[in-house]
Amino acid sequence: MIEARDLTKDYGSKRAVDGLSFTVRPGLVTGFLGPNGSGKSTTMRLILGLDAPTRGDVTVNGSHYREHTAPLHEVGALLEARSVHTGRSAHNHLLALAQTHGIPKRRVSELIDLVGLHEVARKRSGKFSLGMGQRLGIAQALLGDPKTVMLDEPVNGLDPEGIHWMRNLLKGLAAEGRTVFVSSHLMSEMALTADHLIVIGRGKLIADTSVDDFVSRASQKVVVVRSPELESLRAALAGPDVSFEPAERGALEVHGLTAEQVGDAAAAAGIVLHELTPRQASLEEAFMNLTRDEVEFAAELQEVVA
Amino acid sequence: MSAATPSVRLPRLDRTGSVAFHRVLLSEWTKLRSVRSTKWSLGVGFLLTVAFPIAFSFATSSHWGSMSPQDRADRHPLDIALVGVNVAQLAIAVLGVLLISAEYSTGSIRSTFTAVPKRLLVLWAKLIDYSVVSLALMVPAVLVSFFSSQAILGRHDILQISFTQHGVARSVLGGALYVMLVGIFALAIGAIVRNTAGGIAAFAGIFFVLPPLMFVLPTSWNNAISQYLPSDAGRQLFSLHHASHSLRPLTGGLVFAAYCAAAIVIAAALLVRRDV
Repeated sequence: MIEARDLTKDYGSKRAVDGLSFTVRPGLVTGFLGPNGSGKSTTMRLILGLDAPTRGDVTVNGSHYREHTAPLHEVGALLEARSVHTGRSAHNHLLALAQTHGIPKRRVSELIDLVGLHEVARKRSGKFSLGMGQRLGIAQALLGDPKTVMLDEPVNGLDPEGIHWMRNLLKGLAAEGRTVFVSSHLMSEMALTADHLIVIGRGKLIADTSVDDFVSRASQKVVVVRSPELESLRAALAGPDVSFEPAERGALEVHGLTAEQVGDAAAAAGIVLHELTPRQASLEEAFMNLTRDEVEFAAELQEVVA
Repeated sequence: MSAATPSVRLPRLDRTGSVAFHRVLLSEWTKLRSVRSTKWSLGVGFLLTVAFPIAFSFATSSHWGSMSPQDRADRHPLDIALVGVNVAQLAIAVLGVLLISAEYSTGSIRSTFTAVPKRLLVLWAKLIDYSVVSLALMVPAVLVSFFSSQAILGRHDILQISFTQHGVARSVLGGALYVMLVGIFALAIGAIVRNTAGGIAAFAGIFFVLPPLMFVLPTSWNNAISQYLPSDAGRQLFSLHHASHSLRPLTGGLVFAAYCAAAIVIAAALLVRRDV
């Protein structure tokens, strides 16, 4: 369980996290979604007590992170790739962390095997590929058998096999009743893995919703029709929740009705249709629509243009 | 990692413990011994401590016959035995800075403070581990340099001094203690500056640049101030004879230790407050 209340962080004059309040519940995979630079990593550092919030408060499993006497059993975290001494082997890196909690050495070997780093565990981790570094980070996160697992962009650098493995792992951890909090800038990945979504942009909360709700909102009804009698068709379809947009080559986009409803209405009015195509906005499009205004880059671009 | 496995299960951990200081000490010891820079710096530190006295002893004994009485009088066996300490301190200081600055440059400090959110435990553990290691290295090093330089000089029956003579054992072991304190001071600087190049530059500035700058001052000022600089005060730990305008060995050692304590206090205050 992670509870953030009005969490705010300024770096100088720049506000990285802006009044975030959310709860991450156990037993679910919660996706933490936002464009790059939207404050996801900062939020995670605040949760871990690495950075102190300017305002507001965040607790993990009921306490501030710094107050836990055995933090590795409470929270396992994978931070942005670079949190390992490049001159130290994966084995020694994990061993040093395990020793702070009196976790036995065999647990280190167990996790190295789990993430498939057995062959390279004694090599300097600075030589690791991005994917190997991610696996080491995941082993680190799971070392203490934590109640809450928090991973920042865990699929970065993983191959398709590794991504599949990660999805299964996260779902398995949640099924065991753990709190699983995973950040990503890829909506498609989250749709496959997460049960719940917390979406932020420019440090602010945009949405806190179940993935099912998000998907149904995303796949709102859009139908493309082509007809020689477009004007009569508009009149026949008009309604309070229906809107129209011109599409390419003289076609019309109808928002708010299914293809069946459009076809039935046209037949009832005796209007000829040359095309009737249901279209679904992809999740990625829905995510981009949701965060478009919040993407810093777009805002800066506008300033430059203006 | 196999795609054929339908679900991935995290093996349970049967035994759980909490963070304790002795565990952090062990963890920091693992970190200390598991990077190459430790072996290099300690190896170089030992070598420099021992090699310089041996080389100087050979040079002195081979030139003794042609040296003027004045030159001979300027030579002191303890200066020869401990000449390497002045060089070795740099290796120990660099490693002291690195022990903490490298955690910041590689980002491993985030892993460290995630495992041990009570950050001061990490600082104390690093200081204690490094003090023990540097002292365990330097005590044999200064003993080897003393007895080997004496043996070489003894073949020509020159510059002999007994280890049991008043002040000799204190000076020889004081050399090791001085280097240990240098390591502590450098580690604290590293924790304050959090950057390898900056930390080493700060150390070199205080120990190697500041002392000669004092000669710009009027002599009376220089005489009054210089003895209280960390380097000059600390050096009294391994000086046999008490020169004018310098502190007594114990006082000098305490002044240097006070500088170390002040640096540690600043480092601790910043460590707790700053974001990482």
